[in-house]
Amino acid sequence: MNNRSASNSIETNKISEIFSNQKAFIAFLTAGDPSLDKTEEFILAMDAAGADLIEIGIPFSDPIAEGPVIEAANERALSAGTTTDAIFEMVARVRTRTAIPLVFLTYMNPVFVYGVERFFTACQKNGINGIIIPDLPFEEKGEILSVAQAHDVDVITLIAPTSQDRIQMLAREATGFIYLVSSLGVTGVRSEIKTDLAAIVSDIRAVTQTPVAVGFGIATPEQATTISKLADGIIVGSAIVRLIAEHGAASTPILTDYVRKMKAALV
Amino acid sequence: MSKGKYGIHGGQYTPETLMNAIIEVEKAYEHYKNDPAFQAELTELLNDYAGRPSRLYYARKMTADLGGAKIYLKREDLNHTGSHKINNVLGQALLAKKMGKTRLIAETGAGQHGVATATAAALMGFECEIFMGKEDTDRQALNVYRMRLLGATVHVVTSGTMTLKDAVNETFREWTTRIDDTHYVLGSVMGPHPFPEMVRDFQSVISKEAREQILKKEGKLPNAVIACVGGGSNAIGAFYNFIPDAEVRLIGCEAAGCGVDTEQHAATIARGSLGIFHGMKSYFCQDEYGQIAPVYSISAGLDYPGIGPEHAHLHDTKRAEYVPITDDEAVAAFEYLSRTEGIIPAIESAHAIAYAMVLAPTMKPEEIIIVNVSGRGDKDVAAIARYKGENIYE
Ligand SMILES: Cc1ncc(COP(=O)(O)O)c(C=O)c1O
Repeated sequence: MNNRSASNSIETNKISEIFSNQKAFIAFLTAGDPSLDKTEEFILAMDAAGADLIEIGIPFSDPIAEGPVIEAANERALSAGTTTDAIFEMVARVRTRTAIPLVFLTYMNPVFVYGVERFFTACQKNGINGIIIPDLPFEEKGEILSVAQAHDVDVITLIAPTSQDRIQMLAREATGFIYLVSSLGVTGVRSEIKTDLAAIVSDIRAVTQTPVAVGFGIATPEQATTISKLADGIIVGSAIVRLIAEHGAASTPILTDYVRKMKAALV
Repeated sequence: MSKGKYGIHGGQYTPETLMNAIIEVEKAYEHYKNDPAFQAELTELLNDYAGRPSRLYYARKMTADLGGAKIYLKREDLNHTGSHKINNVLGQALLAKKMGKTRLIAETGAGQHGVATATAAALMGFECEIFMGKEDTDRQALNVYRMRLLGATVHVVTSGTMTLKDAVNETFREWTTRIDDTHYVLGSVMGPHPFPEMVRDFQSVISKEAREQILKKEGKLPNAVIACVGGGSNAIGAFYNFIPDAEVRLIGCEAAGCGVDTEQHAATIARGSLGIFHGMKSYFCQDEYGQIAPVYSISAGLDYPGIGPEHAHLHDTKRAEYVPITDDEAVAAFEYLSRTEGIIPAIESAHAIAYAMVLAPTMKPEEIIIVNVSGRGDKDVAAIARYKGENIYE
């Protein structure tokens, strides 16, 4: 079922549809870096350049799963006065222009303190399709799961190189897509990804049809090609955030160019 | 299923990358806590190496001066390395050894937990890396050098507010990066399960001893037990074996910095609200959007925006009380204990002394207060001199 959305906003595509007949390119950026108006512009530009899903980071004061690049983006966004309410308003504006699936990435505390019911009601109203919460493991997902489901928001499952005997337990209940974390450590661009991703993907495939996208450390078209052979899609965060850090308000053409190249590299 | 709950608090809100590591610690701890050989080895370390049991000292002059309840000081400051932190560290380091780990990492605020961890690492042959906020490496410079002397690498954390919370963030990040050979020695009763329970068990030796000591000396239980609260490990250690004794008041002293009516405090119970952070559901100083607040205290060890989940529950059930103590009150108590009893307490512990100074005169002479002196104040001397406007070299 599609998201019910606010008046004059566009019916959104289902997350799973982006993986049918193609490899998906998922782009991450931090909301409010350098401003919410620019975030809106960047999302639409990356959509037009071929991104299949946008992950929107709700900035948090203490993002413990992030490396220095995204951590700095969180600090810039919060210093600029970005709030959860203002992010919802920005999403509503984006939704009048595009059907691309939108997924939030944030930490448990901003959702919990906003109020779980209130948060997911606002997600549904403004056209958010999923949520990724790095500090909400399988054991604690009861904190939000039923409420998120009632509002048609997929709670995206993360699987890590250390998940081992947990992989199938996690994968079995996954909806939307599975976020396969490529490497140990925090987010950040990596020159080499050593995890045996193929083995993890095959463990996942044994129990679910839910598509698998790989993220953490992917930056170059070469990496995009290699990784996309193993999975249904790739997720790029730090490389995009780094471009925004470098080019600020003038990032739009650079992001357009980058997303085009990355999307073209998927096989 | 969610584990490690204290009422509505606690849990395991940890990234998936660390879940197996945490489950491994949990399983190892479940096994070894009931293993007599492990417990015997730990007791030997605590006694022969760390100098336990710590004394329960009757503060005769302070009692006479304040003119009320009899005041006893539980002397955790006399432990090897100078604070209660060693109780927990020896337990976790021994567990890490049994788990086959070769490297210890830890956060530290005042530097006492970092020093204790570096000490255990030197003793038991671990590699050791300590994370400490830049504010704290500046104000507790002596402890930074102690850690280096002991062979540890000290990483200066420059993210966020550059204090204890940011040191915890950075240590979690480090653990996510290197798990196989590494144990994270969390320094307080916080973080995801099993840390709050395990650290509490290792610290509960404080109240196990204190309860026996006071019964032997006075033939009765104390009327109140007072301890300072950062994450809450010395306080839970001092409270734990008195929890079933309903007539014993348990009082935790939070850092009120410049005052709970200012922006500059770390008084989580007085001013915080329910949240989920650093692996646990508990109370935190934060804004309406769940952004963690930049807290402040003169005491680096209490300068933390949260509180351990068991304390949050003791507060909810009203079994324990929590009171805010300002910088000024703590500094006055620091000087008072130094001059009155010849004991220089850690500035953290001075928060507990300060409340004893308020409470004792309101009580009767036959009543008894135990104050946990969680650490000694050598590390704070230069900072207190600066606070008083005197610039001395450490
Ligand atoms: C002497 C001393 N007391 C108390 C604390 C606060 O920690 P906790 O609340 O876990 O006892 C510290 C922390 O650095 C400390 O060094």
